[in-house]
Amino acid sequence: MTGSPTASRPGTGGWSLAGINPVWPLLAALVAAIVFMNPGFAEPTGYMNFLKRAAPLAILAAGQVYVITSGGFDLSQGSLITLVVVGSSMLTDNDPAATAWVIPVMLAIGLGVGAVNGAIVCFLRVPSLIATLGTMITLNGLAFLWSGGAPRGYLPDTFRFFGRELIHDVPLVRFVPVSVIVLVVVVGALAWAMHRTNLGRMVHAIGDNPVAARLAGVPVNRVRVTAFMLSGLSAAIAGILLGGFAGVSTDVGTGYELEAITAAVLGGAQLLGGRGSVPAALGGALALTAIFTLLNFLGLPQPVRQVVQGLILIAAVALAMHRRKRTGT
Amino acid sequence: MSLAAASREPTGDGFRFDRWAPLILLGGAAAIYVAVAVATGQTQYLTLDNLIAILGRSIALGITAIGQTFVILAASIDLSVASLISATAVLASVVMDGSAAMIVPAIAAAIALGALVGLANGMIVSVLKVNPLIATLGMSLVIQGCLSAFVSNFAGSVPPAFQVFAYGQIGAVPLALVFLLSLAILAWAVLRFTKFGSDLYAVGGNEEAARFAGIKTGRVVLTAHVICSVCAAIAGLYLASRLRSGAPWIGADGVYDLESIAVVVIGGTVLAGGRGGIWGTMAGMLIFSLIDSVFNIAGVDTFAKQVLRGIIIVAAVAFYAIRSKRIVA
Amino acid sequence: MTDRVIEMRGITKTFPGVRALSDVSFDVRAGEVQALVGENGAGKSTLIKILSGVYRADEGEVRLRGETVHFSHPVESLRAGIAVIYQEFSLLPERSVAQNLFLGREPRGRFGLIDTGRMRAETRKVLDLFAIGGRIDPDRIVGTLDVATQQMVEIAKAVSHEARVIVMDEPTAALNDAECEELFATVDRLRERGAAIIYITHRMREITRLADRVTVLKDGEVAARFDGAPDPDAIVHAMVGRDIDDFYAPPARADEIGEPVLIVTGGGNASLRDIDLTVRAGEIVGLSGIQGAGRVALAMALFGQEPFERGEITLNGARSTFRSPRAAIAAGIGLLPGDRKSEGLVLMQSVRDNGMLTPRAFSSLWSSHRRTAAADIGRIDDLLDRMEIRAASYDQEIRALSGGNQQKAIVARWLSMRPKVLIFIEPTRGIDVNAKAGIYHLMRDLAREGAGIVMISSDLPEVIGAADRILVMQEGRIVAEFGRGASEQDIMHAATADMENAA
Repeated sequence: MTGSPTASRPGTGGWSLAGINPVWPLLAALVAAIVFMNPGFAEPTGYMNFLKRAAPLAILAAGQVYVITSGGFDLSQGSLITLVVVGSSMLTDNDPAATAWVIPVMLAIGLGVGAVNGAIVCFLRVPSLIATLGTMITLNGLAFLWSGGAPRGYLPDTFRFFGRELIHDVPLVRFVPVSVIVLVVVVGALAWAMHRTNLGRMVHAIGDNPVAARLAGVPVNRVRVTAFMLSGLSAAIAGILLGGFAGVSTDVGTGYELEAITAAVLGGAQLLGGRGSVPAALGGALALTAIFTLLNFLGLPQPVRQVVQGLILIAAVALAMHRRKRTGT
Repeated sequence: MSLAAASREPTGDGFRFDRWAPLILLGGAAAIYVAVAVATGQTQYLTLDNLIAILGRSIALGITAIGQTFVILAASIDLSVASLISATAVLASVVMDGSAAMIVPAIAAAIALGALVGLANGMIVSVLKVNPLIATLGMSLVIQGCLSAFVSNFAGSVPPAFQVFAYGQIGAVPLALVFLLSLAILAWAVLRFTKFGSDLYAVGGNEEAARFAGIKTGRVVLTAHVICSVCAAIAGLYLASRLRSGAPWIGADGVYDLESIAVVVIGGTVLAGGRGGIWGTMAGMLIFSLIDSVFNIAGVDTFAKQVLRGIIIVAAVAFYAIRSKRIVA
Repeated sequence: MTDRVIEMRGITKTFPGVRALSDVSFDVRAGEVQALVGENGAGKSTLIKILSGVYRADEGEVRLRGETVHFSHPVESLRAGIAVIYQEFSLLPERSVAQNLFLGREPRGRFGLIDTGRMRAETRKVLDLFAIGGRIDPDRIVGTLDVATQQMVEIAKAVSHEARVIVMDEPTAALNDAECEELFATVDRLRERGAAIIYITHRMREITRLADRVTVLKDGEVAARFDGAPDPDAIVHAMVGRDIDDFYAPPARADEIGEPVLIVTGGGNASLRDIDLTVRAGEIVGLSGIQGAGRVALAMALFGQEPFERGEITLNGARSTFRSPRAAIAAGIGLLPGDRKSEGLVLMQSVRDNGMLTPRAFSSLWSSHRRTAAADIGRIDDLLDRMEIRAASYDQEIRALSGGNQQKAIVARWLSMRPKVLIFIEPTRGIDVNAKAGIYHLMRDLAREGAGIVMISSDLPEVIGAADRILVMQEGRIVAEFGRGASEQDIMHAATADMENAA
């Protein structure tokens, strides 16, 4: 800290340099670097495609941040994506008209899996890490079982509309991908629920101190189950988008849960609960996607992406611990 | 305060359920095994030879779980064991490359890699104070990424002299089983008779009390991580010997991270640390192999097996957790 | 005098916002029991933590046998021969007595392995020094021992460290009469062996029984020193040191006490038996008793956290059994937990969020966080204003506030729910002396407004000063009732009298 006058004492509110979430300057720097390496990125085609690619992760991170803020982890998100993609291809069975009922079914599966996760944690008292790892294995097995191990690599265009289509002739930006609209709507709704409703404040409260929350009358189980359900719902939506622009396979969702946790942590969500922000998780998801984009430009192979992500995850938490120690939390 | 008061209640001198739970579970698993074998008319599975065969399939899991017991006793956890197993198996197989002369260097290299990873995990957890789940998840990504950057298929080969580790027999008993038993006895002795063992229980049970007693808690956690990773490295060596070559997916395929944790927990070691031991872990391993064998003789489909396994892991943890009054997240 | 083992001179310690100790001097000699007395928050614990190296003094010096020492870690003081037995035990419940005694310094035998035989024998030797100790098996798992025996193990641990200075922080808090006698015998034994003992308490009986000298702390300063066991009244005067009538709020007048709001008949569960209790509107009922007597269990039963399994509760004329805190709150009961940090506050959230927590909990999940059925932001801010909470802003994280202000924020939370009965558990624990009076007057104001108040406190003068009626509990039952003006001795006697005699 350089003792700048804006680094004010806590609680005075308002804008201060120290109060800005570090994810935003990070994102700005990354975007600047991408534009520098590829000026085309500043064109609508460039950044809209970027947003389109980032949309599933951003939605996933916005759901994950609920569970993290409530004090847990949701490791079943990735396998839920796989189940949604595989299940959609099985259910639609190449019938374009089926999309209309398959999508609601998939959203219901997302909510249902979240409810099961929440119930295991709340009523069987299994720590969420183990519970959702267990669901992860189970859901992956279900996806295999459903597709017989060899999913049909096809989804009707009506289904792929959400992940793939563009809406043309939009003023200012020329075109908007449908997935970006989904992104704005879903993240907007999740941000509203997190930061403008009783639910959001109680998610913070149970992650901060579940005993105190219970003694204050907070319906801890209902809030926790809701958090898991929103996380499951976000995974189902992300799965519908991914089914649109990636194909159908049994590993389409693999690893997404860790990317979502990394994005949430980059956005300053506190592990084991009490602090978390949906907009900042969006920032984290965009920053992570930007990092992957940069690695691509640099011509680095896919595995490097994994290594970098692992290092970012550790570094982000270590940095957060360091900051907290310094500010005496 | 009410919670603190509750924990001070004497639990009486008599029957302590938790101490006997692993044996009760083991008895239950064995009973189911016998019942299924009899019911399906496959009594040929009820021989000593077959019991040894059942155990033989769990060697790698057992070795990994012994290591995992150490970190969990210290109230930490290691989710990087699966990728480390893959990495050490590939490393050993590539270094040996079919040459018996390279066996010793290969073993040394694998163990050194394990120790290095354990050291890194331990430092990140105890010095940088990063949540162990995240630290080891991040480490797992880093290892897996590095590994995938170099190999994508079976690499190197294991000379017949080293295949003895997996396939050798001492009389009717597989060499690997004898090795596992010796490792378990060694681990038990370390926990029971060394100062490190005593410190480990203290750090896991009450870190502050341990620090007040002058125990260097960081060093204890670090050592536990090194032991865990070295055990994972040994499991990698065993798998290389068994498969006659190393491949970058063998660790992830076996789900050794989650399964080793599940085995430890089923064995009565509490995730919060400070309570449990090696023999519980061995009982947990037996329970897992029996369940696997039940699936085999009952002819359960591979994918259904995965689904059931996820459910069983969660159920097993719930079996212990459900009686606690603590709120978990 | 050259036999002073410990000399502390001019100790001053400041915490953010609180001057915990100013210019305190204190010494202990070998073979004596020095009683350190004072109200909660007078600075006793801080002084001990400086002695043992948990805190570092801002000013002043600590001398051990004439030499200045600077401990920066409790291990260093322990190695120098100063053992502190805290109220919260530092024993490992899953390990054996012997393993606990030798934690971190286990005797080694061949190959550097732990010599369990020798460890067991040495433990036996230490335990045999005490009458009660002979009955403890060194291999017994500590978690299976009762509280008094665990305390014995703590003391044995101090002795096995060859400690020349032993600090005991309210060691009788959880003990019954017979157990207290055994503890006193143990202390006598330690004194004979030449140990210097610092004995923290605020019970006059123990001071009379044990103390060779007494030092009284008040508001972080030495208020008085006595040689030999002094007159209890003199100690009390030095401890409180002010006009009691002014410190505590005035008692309820007869016309202020109204109808019963809460009636319990025949209540019982695993830790409570035969509870008959009536709380009237406008009165403050104090619950007294030793630790573990069932006071907190009673509060938790009334509040639905550990519900009654027998008997019935009548609240405002309606019969009910609360199965959860939510049900109790909905019916009109509020509870201020004893451990604010771990049971009362959501520390990372703002002052306002802490105040709004319960109103929000009883509102729809999806409605605005600014307006709830019970209160909106404006009303919570008014209540926080009324509590005169000192905070830079109500958006500030609550953990930055002092204990007293945190407590007031929780009170504001409950006021927004307009409860009929409010339960205060240890309402002034860890609160600045000056803020205490504020809490007492606040409780009285709430009672005047028609609430029934139940107060649980381990601080006897506080119960006597603040409550209109005192119920004394022992082993899960209410064993005595006193009106205003009961003496500490009366209450202590009722709280620790042998159950057999009572029955």
